[in-house]
Amino acid sequence: MSQTAEAEIENYTLNFGPQHPAAHGVLRLVLEMDGEVIDRVDAHIGLLHRGTEKLIEYKTYLQAVPYFDRLDYVSPMNQEQAYSLAVEKLLGIEVPRRAKYIRMLFGELTRILNHIMNIASYAMDVGAMTPFLWTFEEREKIMGFYDDVCGARMHANYVRPGGVSQDLPAGLVERMHEWANGYSQVLDDMEGLLTENRIFKQRVVDIGVVSKEQALAWGFTGPNLRASGVPWDLRKSQPYDGYEEMDFDIPIGKNGDCYDRYLVRVEEMRQSLKIIKQCLEKMPSGPVRVNDRKVLAPPRSEMKTSMEALIHHFKLYTEGYKVPAGETYVGTEAPKGEFGVFLVSDGTNKPYRCRIRAPGFMHLEAMDAMLRGHMLADVPAVLGSIDIVFGEVDR
Amino acid sequence: MAEFVNGYLLPGLWIVGKILLFAVPIMIGMAYVTYAERRIIGAMQMRKGPNVVGPFGLLQPFADAIKLMFKETVVPTGSSPVVFFLAPMLTFTLALLAWAVIPVDSGWVISNLNVGVLYLFAISSLGVYGIVMAGWASNSRYAFLGAMRSAAQMVSYEVSIGLVMISVLLTAGSLNLSELVEAQKGLWYVLPHFPMFVLFFISVLAETNRHPFDLPEAESELVAGFMTEYSSMSFALFFLGEYMNMIMMSGMVSILFLGGWLGPQDMLPGLSVLTPVLAWVPGVVWFVLKICFCLFVFIWVRATFPRYRYDQLMRLGWKVFLPFSLIWLVLTAGVLVYFDKLPQ
Repeated sequence: MSQTAEAEIENYTLNFGPQHPAAHGVLRLVLEMDGEVIDRVDAHIGLLHRGTEKLIEYKTYLQAVPYFDRLDYVSPMNQEQAYSLAVEKLLGIEVPRRAKYIRMLFGELTRILNHIMNIASYAMDVGAMTPFLWTFEEREKIMGFYDDVCGARMHANYVRPGGVSQDLPAGLVERMHEWANGYSQVLDDMEGLLTENRIFKQRVVDIGVVSKEQALAWGFTGPNLRASGVPWDLRKSQPYDGYEEMDFDIPIGKNGDCYDRYLVRVEEMRQSLKIIKQCLEKMPSGPVRVNDRKVLAPPRSEMKTSMEALIHHFKLYTEGYKVPAGETYVGTEAPKGEFGVFLVSDGTNKPYRCRIRAPGFMHLEAMDAMLRGHMLADVPAVLGSIDIVFGEVDR
Repeated sequence: MAEFVNGYLLPGLWIVGKILLFAVPIMIGMAYVTYAERRIIGAMQMRKGPNVVGPFGLLQPFADAIKLMFKETVVPTGSSPVVFFLAPMLTFTLALLAWAVIPVDSGWVISNLNVGVLYLFAISSLGVYGIVMAGWASNSRYAFLGAMRSAAQMVSYEVSIGLVMISVLLTAGSLNLSELVEAQKGLWYVLPHFPMFVLFFISVLAETNRHPFDLPEAESELVAGFMTEYSSMSFALFFLGEYMNMIMMSGMVSILFLGGWLGPQDMLPGLSVLTPVLAWVPGVVWFVLKICFCLFVFIWVRATFPRYRYDQLMRLGWKVFLPFSLIWLVLTAGVLVYFDKLPQ
């Protein structure tokens, strides 16, 4: 009698990334596949870990700001804003109204900046390459506005504890107005290529469905949570800066699939545009930073004549300011979801601990749940739809 | 000696000359299809495209070719080198071979085969071997998946391509491509067979692995599919083969549906004023124009649509195209028999 050898059937494993055109940075997904169908997804993260949180413990409060630009590098200013709000809360200071408006203005511009990046690359992941090039022109213009206010196109370091680093240059408000009026047309053009496109819908409708309960259980926030039908937006539920004065709607989805996440983001861009227009119209005049010499340096002109001003400047840029002991958590509605900063101060000039809650991390965790039973081609679609940036996931 | 010269050498040289007369313009045309694709997509995406090398970037294809020639050829570990290099050669050769039977003008054809359509069909079916061999020999999972997809896709769409062809052949009553074109004098088949024209064009997109059916090389999932491990000239051969296939398939669309080298003068009896002008234009120009039109649509589609998913593609092929082309075939046959229009 001959014995038949028993063959062990193993799943086919496919390494998706870290060097992959659709891996959105340095994500590595180990996919266990049954033919083209996915059995299990194992996300490996940490390839972009830079120890941001620990580094911040060795920097003064002001020096920590640029690290926030480098977390989610497609929406820098929202993160600066979250950190600044946390520091301001510990210091117990209130920024001037104009500063708040500028922060809101740039917060929403950044939201558009982020959503363009997301939707365009998402469309490219499912194979439509034209929206990417059409919308990126607008992204360039927004980066131009960044450049105008702070001299940098990406890593702005513009929003700082106590206000913003400098006032808007002359003529910028008018230029922004002009841009805002033209932008909805670009959005319409882009939607014309995607929203009702049958192939696009076939690729994204009912893919990666996340129910309301699942979304809450996985800790989803931002557009991904709203796409599942939960009307939760920190700008409405616990307004910061001046959002309580703004008139805007929170779009929510119904099915929680990739298509809803796309639609929610597109509508959010339109709402952001609405906020931007309101900010531009109602922009109050006045100072853009608190008039507190213990936190913010005096204007340069004053330093030429005043001894105290010079001393303040020297102290602030060498030692920094001391923040009263205490701890606080500030969550803001960053484009990707709730971006939170938990700050512990021990009364010195450096944070004792700075814990950052990055929304992308929670969304990435759900990849396995979202992708099981789907096909290989759905991996880029789902990955694109949840909007992951590794700067913030790995920190 | 004279017998040898007259009987073998001269005819042999004549055939080689004819082949060169076809192959050289096709190669140059192919180079400029890549350039046109980049320029046209560039214009559609509101950017410039290649415009630096030479006037209007016209030398770009040559710059690319030279670049590729000087790249290092990488053979992946664990691959089967013979098959690995055979695959691109096969793809390239097959893409060129098909041109043997394509008539570019009345009588301008290398080999006027009686079964030209079958020959074309056979050659384009063989194309899948190059891809499967590449996927298997590369020893890479991306390449392997790409090759599997490609095999399934090309085989499925060949079925509907075949059925569409039969409808056309029934109407023309010949398998010879030149006769097929002549039969369209007065009425290009695009009009009576319009639904089949659309279906055929879409199947051609799938058959040549073009967007929105470029799954075998779907960048966002499979990196570059079956071409992932290829570099240098072996990559270039695949690339050339793909574009040559595009041109060949466009030629096929023109011959089967758009009246090949025929000008539109017979179709427009009302415009008798223009007839001498239109008739003066050589047939080859009409043929090239029609190919250019098809190629433009190829490129246009690429700039517009997202990519299908593998299962959706198969569903479209088997559940939509196949039944539809079958019904149309029966309908064509029925109409021809009923009105006694069957070609003798």
